[in-house]
Amino acid sequence: MAYSDKVIDHYSNPRNVGTLDKNKKSVGTGLVGAPECGDVMRLQIEVDEATNTITDAKFKTFGCGSAIASSSLATEWLKGKTVDEALAIDNMEIVEELALPPVKIHCSVLAEDAIKSAINDYRVKNGMPELEMAKSHH
Amino acid sequence: MLKLPIYLDNNATTPLDPRVLEAMMPYLTEVFGNAASRNHPFGWAAEEAVDYARDQIAGLINCDPKEIIFTSGATESDNLAIKGIYEMYAQKGNHIITTTTEHKAVLDTCKHIEKIGGKVTYLPVNSEGLIDLAELEAAMTPQTILVSIMYGNNETGTIQLIREIAAIAHKHGALFMTDGTQAVGKIPVDVQADGIDLMAFTAHKMYGPKGVGAMYVRRKNPRVKVTAQMDGGGHERGMRSGTLNVPGIVGLGKACELAKQEMAADAARLGAMRDRLEKELLTLEESYVNGSVERRLPHVANISFKYVEGEGLMMGVKDLAVSSGSACTSASLEPSYVLKALGLSDDLAHSSLRFGLSRFTTDEQIDYAINHVKEAVTKLREMSPLWEMFQEGIDLDKIEWAEH
Repeated sequence: MAYSDKVIDHYSNPRNVGTLDKNKKSVGTGLVGAPECGDVMRLQIEVDEATNTITDAKFKTFGCGSAIASSSLATEWLKGKTVDEALAIDNMEIVEELALPPVKIHCSVLAEDAIKSAINDYRVKNGMPELEMAKSHH
Repeated sequence: MLKLPIYLDNNATTPLDPRVLEAMMPYLTEVFGNAASRNHPFGWAAEEAVDYARDQIAGLINCDPKEIIFTSGATESDNLAIKGIYEMYAQKGNHIITTTTEHKAVLDTCKHIEKIGGKVTYLPVNSEGLIDLAELEAAMTPQTILVSIMYGNNETGTIQLIREIAAIAHKHGALFMTDGTQAVGKIPVDVQADGIDLMAFTAHKMYGPKGVGAMYVRRKNPRVKVTAQMDGGGHERGMRSGTLNVPGIVGLGKACELAKQEMAADAARLGAMRDRLEKELLTLEESYVNGSVERRLPHVANISFKYVEGEGLMMGVKDLAVSSGSACTSASLEPSYVLKALGLSDDLAHSSLRFGLSRFTTDEQIDYAINHVKEAVTKLREMSPLWEMFQEGIDLDKIEWAEH
C-alpha cells in the first residue's frame, strides 16, 4: 500500500512520543483500541487549569503507519488548544490532513476517540461529569 | 554499494539464475518448434529439449523421466493431483487427509472436493508445525484414497516427517502426495526413498522461470493415474493437455540440474547465514522463532517480535523485501492461518517477519538486514504503549480493552 508523504513523515519523525505522569491531576490519559485489533493508542494531555488550555500532549501507539501518524498529528494539534477546541477535533480532519485511504479511516477514528477519552479522564479527575462519546464505532 | 531494497522474500519467488536464462534463450528464439510436431526437425528439436529436461528433473528427485508431467506451476500440479486422484479412485473411496497449514492451492482444492461430495480431514499441527503421526494413523479409514501433506512449509520452513507419513498412508492402502514446492531444489527430495506417489513443484522457487512446474506421478509400485482436468490434445500421457512450454521446461530442467550440483553447498552457506540472522534478531527481547528449529528448510527464518504491530513493522523495514504474517489488505486484519495453526495469538502472528534467503543472498545483505530490523523494532517499541506496559510488569491479558 502506498502511504502519503505526510504519513511517512509522521511515521519516520513522530512528534511528541512519550509519557506524562498519569497520576498528576492535571494530566488526562486516553487508552483506546485493542491489541488483537492491531491498534492501541495512548494519548495524554496536560491541562492548565486556569486557562483550560492544553499545554502538553504525548502519545504512544502500537499500530500501523497510519495509526502512528494519526496520533502524532493529534498531539501536534492539541498543544495550545483549549479543551473545548480539542473536543471539536473531528476524525475527518485527520483523514484529510494525512490523506488516509478509506481502509485507514479507522485510525483517525481511534485518534479522535483517544482525544475524547483523555479529556474525559481529565474531567473525571477534576470533578467534572464524564462526557458521552458522540460517535459510536462498529 | 549495497542496492536497496534487499530481496529476502525467496519463498515467494526466486530470481532467475543467469545460467538458466542462458539455457532457455535458444528456445525463446530460433528453436521455437512445438514438441508435439512429430514430422519435422523443428518439432524434433523441441521434443529433444523437453526429454533432456525430463532427465535433469528426474535426476534431482530420483524418478523415471516418464513420471514427470509438465504443468504451469505448483498450483496447477496440486489441483491436478488432488482432483485427478479423487476422480480416478472414486470407486475405492472419497476421503482425503491433509493439514491445516498447507498452501491455499491444496486447501482450496480440498474445499472444492468437499463441495462435490468428498470428505476431507484437516489434521492440526503442534507448536512446531508438525503433524502428530498417531493422529494421522487414527484418521485413516478404508475410504481414504489420498494423504496430501506438504514437504516444507512456505511460511515457517518446517519439514514434515515425510517418510513416516508415507509409510502410514501406504499401510492403509492410500496414496501419498506432497506439495514439494519449497523443498525441491533446496533439500534432498528422493521420491523412492521418501515413498512419494505424487508431488507438485515449480521452477520459480528454485531459480527457474515462472509459469512452469511439474507433477511427479509414480508409474510403478503402484502405478498411479490421475484423471485429466483439462480436455485437449492428450499431452503428457493424457494427464495434462496443452502445448508444452518448451523454454520454460528447459529452464526448469536446468534449474534442477544446478540444484542437484549446488544444493549441498548452498544449503550449508544459507543455513549459516540464516542462523546468524536469527541469532542476532533473537537478541531483541520478546522475539520468538515460529515453526520447528530442528526440522526446517535451511534458508528460511520466521520470527515474531512481540509488542510491535505487523503493518507498522513492515513500514519500518522498508529497505527489505520480506513477508509478514499479517495480510493487511483491508481494515479487518487477517493474521496468517499457518501461524495461527501453530497456536500463535493474533498479535504475535501479525508481528512476524518471514525471511527467505537465496543462492544470491550475501553476508553484507544479512548484516544490513540485522541492523535494519533491530532499529525498526527498537524504534517501534519505544513508541508502543504495550511495550511500556510490559516493561512495567502489567499483564496485558488482564486489561479490559475498549473494542473499537
